[in-house]
Amino acid sequence: MYDFEFKTFEEMTPDDYSRVGFMSGLEVHQQLLTEKKLFCRCPAGLYSNHYDAEILRHMRPTLSELGEYDGTALMEFKTKKDIIYRIHHDTVCTYEMDDTPPFQINDQALDIALEIAMLTNAKIVDEMHIARKQYLDGSIPTGFQRTAIVSVGGSIPYKDREIRLIQMSIEEDSCREASDIGHKRTYIADRLGMPLIETVTYPDMKTPTEVAEVNDIIRRLSRCTGKVRTGVGAGREDVNVSVTGGTRIEIKGVPSIKRIPLLTYNEAMRQWNLLRIREELHRRGITQDKFEYRIDDITKLLRKTYYQPISKAIEEGLFVKCVTLRGFKGILTWKTQTDTFFSKEISDRVRVIACLTSLPNIINSDSQENTLSTSAGLKIRKTVGASEEDTLVIVWGNQSDSEMGANEVVIRAREATIGVPSETRQALRDGTTGFERILPGPDRMYPDTDLPPKKITKERLDSISLNTVKPYWVYEKWFDEIRVPKDLRRDLAGSKFIRFFETCVKELKIEPKFAGIVLIQYPKRLKRKKLDIDLLTENDFRKVFELYSENKIVKDSIFSLLEKIIKNGGYSDELITEPCSGKALEDIYKSVKEELKSTKIIKEEKREKIIMGMMMYHLRSKVNGSEVYEYVKSRNFGK
Amino acid sequence: MNMSNPGILESKMEDKELYKGYKGQSLETLKKFKAMIWCDVEVITSDGDFIGIILPRSETADANHIVLKLRSGYNIGLAANKVNNIKINGRKEIQYKIPEKEFPYSPKKPRVKLFGTGGTIASRLDYRTGAVIPAFSPGELYGSVPELADICNLETEKLYGVFSENMGPEQWKGLAEAIGKEIEKGVQGIVIGHGTDTMHHTAAILSFMVQNSPVPIVMVGSQRSSDRPSSDAALNLMHSVKTAAESDIAEVMVCMFGPTSDSYGLLHQGTRLRKMHSSYRSTFRTIGDIPIAMVDRQKITPLRKDYSKRRNDKNVIINTAFEERVSIVYYYPNMKPDIIDSLIDNGYKGIIIAGTGLGHVNKPLYPSLQRAKDNNIAVYMTVQTLWGYVQMYVYDTGRDMMELGVVPTANMLPEVAYMKLCWALGQSNDLEEVKRIMLTPISHDITEREPSNGYLIYQGGIPEVEEFISKYRK
Repeated sequence: MYDFEFKTFEEMTPDDYSRVGFMSGLEVHQQLLTEKKLFCRCPAGLYSNHYDAEILRHMRPTLSELGEYDGTALMEFKTKKDIIYRIHHDTVCTYEMDDTPPFQINDQALDIALEIAMLTNAKIVDEMHIARKQYLDGSIPTGFQRTAIVSVGGSIPYKDREIRLIQMSIEEDSCREASDIGHKRTYIADRLGMPLIETVTYPDMKTPTEVAEVNDIIRRLSRCTGKVRTGVGAGREDVNVSVTGGTRIEIKGVPSIKRIPLLTYNEAMRQWNLLRIREELHRRGITQDKFEYRIDDITKLLRKTYYQPISKAIEEGLFVKCVTLRGFKGILTWKTQTDTFFSKEISDRVRVIACLTSLPNIINSDSQENTLSTSAGLKIRKTVGASEEDTLVIVWGNQSDSEMGANEVVIRAREATIGVPSETRQALRDGTTGFERILPGPDRMYPDTDLPPKKITKERLDSISLNTVKPYWVYEKWFDEIRVPKDLRRDLAGSKFIRFFETCVKELKIEPKFAGIVLIQYPKRLKRKKLDIDLLTENDFRKVFELYSENKIVKDSIFSLLEKIIKNGGYSDELITEPCSGKALEDIYKSVKEELKSTKIIKEEKREKIIMGMMMYHLRSKVNGSEVYEYVKSRNFGK
Repeated sequence: MNMSNPGILESKMEDKELYKGYKGQSLETLKKFKAMIWCDVEVITSDGDFIGIILPRSETADANHIVLKLRSGYNIGLAANKVNNIKINGRKEIQYKIPEKEFPYSPKKPRVKLFGTGGTIASRLDYRTGAVIPAFSPGELYGSVPELADICNLETEKLYGVFSENMGPEQWKGLAEAIGKEIEKGVQGIVIGHGTDTMHHTAAILSFMVQNSPVPIVMVGSQRSSDRPSSDAALNLMHSVKTAAESDIAEVMVCMFGPTSDSYGLLHQGTRLRKMHSSYRSTFRTIGDIPIAMVDRQKITPLRKDYSKRRNDKNVIINTAFEERVSIVYYYPNMKPDIIDSLIDNGYKGIIIAGTGLGHVNKPLYPSLQRAKDNNIAVYMTVQTLWGYVQMYVYDTGRDMMELGVVPTANMLPEVAYMKLCWALGQSNDLEEVKRIMLTPISHDITEREPSNGYLIYQGGIPEVEEFISKYRK
């Protein structure tokens, strides 16, 4: 059944993905551009690694609204981590540290979320209920994230079909992780509480490339409002992947869309290969019920080993445990992802749950790597009663960590007989995924008793829709009609000036290409000159276009006028350079011609350039260059 | 209500349960489609279809929305007037219950009694208000904080289930008597779960009603309810149970977080503490002295030496006298004498004044204070600065007031003086006797001296304070 073998990333075709039943959905997180945080009045968007104080907390699992404990919550509790928060007085108040109840939700943030929801034709909820979503990893000091559904359903166009949306929620961002070593995890709390939205799609994407492309659409859609944050960390995505017979696996916190294709490819391959491993185990007669193992303490046996990680551990008084997996021979070296093997699945669990974070944290008898000597291996096999067909996995740490580590080895190996365990996975740099935690379910949702439900009134929605943009794809169709050059389209459709661009074209009758250049390319050029282009307002542009329409300035003067506006801190009539009359052009030409007579032109073919340069010296911003050129050309370049 | 027909009454009661919290349009809509709470439904609305479970609604919320738990676990409110149909696919009532486990018994461990009065330390979700309500059972406690079994054999008894603002004389007396009985039975320590808002009031009155206890009496609560992962409830419970089981401090104490971090608790003298922040974990501070001890998961570290030591006898004195007609007057400039007059006219027997500075009120009040004296009303002065002593000899106004019968109470905290006066007036109407009781220190309620580290409120922003904060986890 699982006889297909994954090809390299480049060789995989859409048919191959269809063969394995590749399915993927997205959870796209986007920070909103607000002044303040979501549930307190701390400033939003200030980041610094400097901190004034540290706070220590531990997390305990609690019951969900439906009276169940969540699997992830119990797993995190098992890890017994000290959670340290680094706080900066300027960006963190007593709310983020969970010492003050929440304040009312930030209306600016809610309006932005509603506006973006409207662009997808989603159903806006009538009454918003704020929920607590448990996170026991400590990334939020309360142990839960405040989150609420803003809209349900909706869709976005993709190729010739629609990608359906499940829901969109508004929520507070979590802390930034600074480190996670052993039993201590450290967070920086400045990002905590920043408003963001999460857009969740159905698993409608059928290849890794499609996932990235759809993600790009969602990102651009929110950006076209001009009311979301951009830059590092402002947009992050969780990607859900499954294959036929596999499980929905969430790859958390993918920092860049570019990395999605390779990550989803590797995750699909991992699931497929785990199913192949299951098939092999079943063939060997090892099922969930017939799975056999034993755990032994082998510290004494390894007193004299030369294998450095273990000899050092024993020297430090740590313990070494050996797990015997009956009939597993060779399984740990089965490939799961690119250059990654099944042993990594086990090592990850041991690292995260038993907190044995310095690698290597396990060694195994399937591996060809040089670890224990052959004689030591034989001695262990004999002592624990293992046969040639069994795999030995060795783990070391203090008493409780090594015990928990050995248990995790057993748990993960047993899961191999069942299939693909539900978990969330990290996006690793090499494009593979690594275990992060057990996948949380709906059991971790709990209503927020600190805040009442919030009615979303029709008046509020009406006033938002009056001032909203259209989805960028609507503009892009229009760009086709009015022939906006291709290189301008993407930026223009996502620009905060897109509505103004419409006004320029429809009301001020500016030529679309030129309006696009002024609104998009000029600011880019000015930015390269290290000018603060945020100082250019819609009103400044409007003034410039009006002057241009009324022939009060020439086209070629607009760039330098914008530059002057920025330097001046706003538009003023003194900044404009008035166009020259035909008489003035003639006068200048005469004087330039005189000057040329006294100059010896060595290379005659440069004459055009030289005379143009001399003319423009006097006429720049007063007459368009093209007109000057036509004039001197008609006079035969001063010959 | 038709009392002669119990059937109708019963069905009405049932209705209330089946449509919990719904009223008006939303209730009509649910009834029209025969949908009740906990029904698994598909709701057809003019906005589209929604699949989920109908949840109870908070009674204080409006009458126009139906709450649906979606498959993702999120809740949303649907406008009832948009609902065209509700298809019911099943119904499963949810019992929100902390898993109960029998508390294990170990003959080698000390016996500790935990009394429940309510409050945040053991609470669970309530749909009526949407807020948390108290819940308490030994099995539930063990189910959520199994670490307690490593410390002692815990017995629990739920005396009351009230928020702390609803604690009153009946509960205080009942609690004192219950403590007395437990000590008679030879318990090694007592823990009292209590809401934090008025914990310092209850701690004060217990300090007077329960004297000469041979064992620790530890009050405990939590600032973050136990329904949240970051709650301080579990650690506070462990600290207090450890104190009750193992410490040699036979005093009425409050055990709550020292810093906001999950690191150690402080044991505050029952008469010397106050809640100082509306929501912080480390809200309780000892005022005018230092705490008795620090406690963490491993050890109890005494900070003071002058506490009563644990004994093997059972010679506790329980005195639950209480006079209810006592008030605290928090003085403010421009206070009019009618405030005092209304207390006199309403038959109050005692007044505690929280005066400004060293213990002052304005002159226009003097005639009313004279009236109070003439009416045999006990009037005592405390300071609203909380720290420091009443000093009525420093200014003439103070001496004038003493002439009017106002008695200074040294460094007794206003709430403590209030409780003590209730207790003293409960024992005697003779104002001289009352004064003797009031001014005789019983449990550090008045101390002879304020140590120089008894007043430490460090001001944030100052470089050396910031340096301290950066070094030690608050």
